[in-house]
Amino acid sequence: MIVVEKKPPKDPDTAILERFPKQAGEGLMGKVQARALEQFMRYGIPGKKNERYKYTDVAEILAEGYQAVTAPEHHDFRIEEIFRCDIPTLNTWVFTVLNGFYFEKEDHLQELPGGVLAGGLRQAVRERPDLVEPYLDRYASESSDGLAALNRSFAADGFFLYVPDNAVMEKPVQVINLIRSDREVMVQPRSLVILGKNAQGGLLICDHALTEKRVLSNAVKEFYVGENSSLEITRLQNEHNSMSDISHYFVHQGRNSRVTSTMISLHGGMIRNNLDVKLNGEGAENHALGLFLSDREQHMDHSLFIDHAAPHCTSTQTYKGVLDDEAEGAFEGKILVRPGAQKTEAYQVNKNILLKDTARMNTKPQLEIYADDVKCTHGATVGQLDTESLFYLRSRGIPEYEARMLLMYAFAHEVIREIKIDPLRDRIRELVDRRLRGELPRCHTCFVDYQK
Amino acid sequence: MLKIKNLHANIEGKEILKGIDLEVRPGEVHAIMGPNGSGKSTLASAIVGRDYVEITEGDILYMGESILEMPPEERALKGIFLSFQYPVEIPGVSMVNFLRAAINEQRKYRGLDPMSPSDFLKLMREKKKLVGIDSALTNRSVNEGFSGGEKKKNEIFQMAMLEPKLSILDETDSGLDIDALRVVAQGVNALKRPDSSTIVITHYQRLLNYIVPDFVHVLYKGRIIRSGGKELALELEEKGYDWLKEEYENSLNGAL
Ligand SMILES: Nc1ncnc2c1ncn2[C@@H]1O[C@H](COP(=O)(O)OP(=O)(O)OP(=O)(O)O)[C@@H](O)[C@H]1O
Ligand SMILES: [Mg+2]
Repeated sequence: MIVVEKKPPKDPDTAILERFPKQAGEGLMGKVQARALEQFMRYGIPGKKNERYKYTDVAEILAEGYQAVTAPEHHDFRIEEIFRCDIPTLNTWVFTVLNGFYFEKEDHLQELPGGVLAGGLRQAVRERPDLVEPYLDRYASESSDGLAALNRSFAADGFFLYVPDNAVMEKPVQVINLIRSDREVMVQPRSLVILGKNAQGGLLICDHALTEKRVLSNAVKEFYVGENSSLEITRLQNEHNSMSDISHYFVHQGRNSRVTSTMISLHGGMIRNNLDVKLNGEGAENHALGLFLSDREQHMDHSLFIDHAAPHCTSTQTYKGVLDDEAEGAFEGKILVRPGAQKTEAYQVNKNILLKDTARMNTKPQLEIYADDVKCTHGATVGQLDTESLFYLRSRGIPEYEARMLLMYAFAHEVIREIKIDPLRDRIRELVDRRLRGELPRCHTCFVDYQK
Repeated sequence: MLKIKNLHANIEGKEILKGIDLEVRPGEVHAIMGPNGSGKSTLASAIVGRDYVEITEGDILYMGESILEMPPEERALKGIFLSFQYPVEIPGVSMVNFLRAAINEQRKYRGLDPMSPSDFLKLMREKKKLVGIDSALTNRSVNEGFSGGEKKKNEIFQMAMLEPKLSILDETDSGLDIDALRVVAQGVNALKRPDSSTIVITHYQRLLNYIVPDFVHVLYKGRIIRSGGKELALELEEKGYDWLKEEYENSLNGAL
């Protein structure tokens, strides 16, 4: 008689760990990783019972068998040879992260005017542990998100930016996150951005996949914005449809600081953007905007957690989605007003347009308020283009297709107009317009060389 | 120019227009009056091609051609214009983009190249003056936050830009103050060409002092129950609709 021994099914948490090296890193990074791994073991991969992941099947995505990229690869090309940003008038300092690792121009951090330091996170840990240690993982470790913990357990590099007290960045920093591989890989970049007091900065984050392969990114980015400082974050996601992109933005703000983030998602097979904001000092202000345009079987989820932990803080969230074909989306926005966070003002809107009745959108704004002197409103809509408006435009001789474009464009405009860098806003406007017209099939007009 | 023959139309299965006959020849001004809910706006909607107005019988001919199957944009491109009773607000669509799109569609239809930006701005300036509309308004989104009167002015401004052959003004006078009414009416008259026609829907004689009709029709319960010259409007102003309604109901009873 033959006994077939069945292996007990492995739980997904243990299975995923097999893709990573057993031993933790060294030094400061190693310490952070070891603690995060404990958290990951506790939280695990979020299942559907997890409130924040109700509509995103993470287990299924992770089950795909991607190979984790755990060390930088050797390259014999310059980044300009494979990729060039197509906004020629955009005057930025450009930094590149390839497969989760800083693509080194030089072996040490660069000093930009005003004492601003920028470069790779690994370099920063090595050269300036004094700057990194007080911040790295401080806010991210408050999160019970298992996927963020997975990144924090193994991520070893990414982008680093430090803007010292009183420094005003004269032009924005542009971080280009590239994924490029001929295998199905999983990358886990990690970034740290620190603004001291009375500082000002702008950050443009472009996410691109330079491969036709199925790839997965699970990113963690922390932003610490000190007293009286302001930061503008613009993110452009224009990936391809077999890309899964999970990201966790952690924004920690001090007194009278101001952060605006604008997330534009044009393409991506599965996009999951988490934004956690902690308003930790009086008078802090956070404005979070998002726009996603999806079609076919794309899946785009946004989850916000806005933590009003101090009085007199203001937050606004404006997230908008256009869904075509069988696209699916979810928006979940939670505003927490802690006891003592009096005079909080928080306003949230989530508006979605379904272009076909096969598209689906789940939206769940949520308020949790433990202070009595606050002004909070939230609202969500899921609907079609307004037929009255459509008719009005057509009655002036504008064909239905163009009228629809005008209306969709108007819908998107509310988000786009908040982008403060003029050439970038113009460019995004154009990209959105072309995306809406279906003329932006996958990647865009940035110079991309797949062959190299 | 326009010939409506025995037009019957339903909204949500309910018959609203019950056999309308109306002919508007080039150069003519027709006024349509009638109590609230009698079907005046529905008639206008039928002419410009709103899809919720379902034509069940009859025909609408424009320039000798039936337009029932024609999409609204094509009717517009052929020269039909409606000044809406309730213009809709379209946040995010700027007046300039909207009008440029409309003008260039019209030019495309006529086989012309798009208008140059400077010519377009010149045209805007000229027409703004004509209808007395403020630049502060034309720099905003379409009708967004406009007052009732400003919306009406904006309708006539669009009419001035597009220079239609057949204009239908649905209660353009309501909401306008006395001065604005005069300016707008003068604008409409200034736009009038010998071969263009106007249908004015109104409740008040006052507008008809400025835009003098060749014919006045009274619409009641989906039918034109009386047509006459401009003096009919004066008579209505004086006596109201009751006498006409009564006559009409009696004639129905008599017919039984
Ligand atoms: N979109 C609609 N859905 C349902 N019923 C409608 C709609 N539009 C008009 N109606 C109905 O059709 C009838 C005629 O309306 P219409 O707007 O044509 O009247 P009107 O003569 O223009 O009135 P007013 O002088 O008040 O503008 C009314 O009973 C109205 O309720
Ligand atoms: Mg009406």
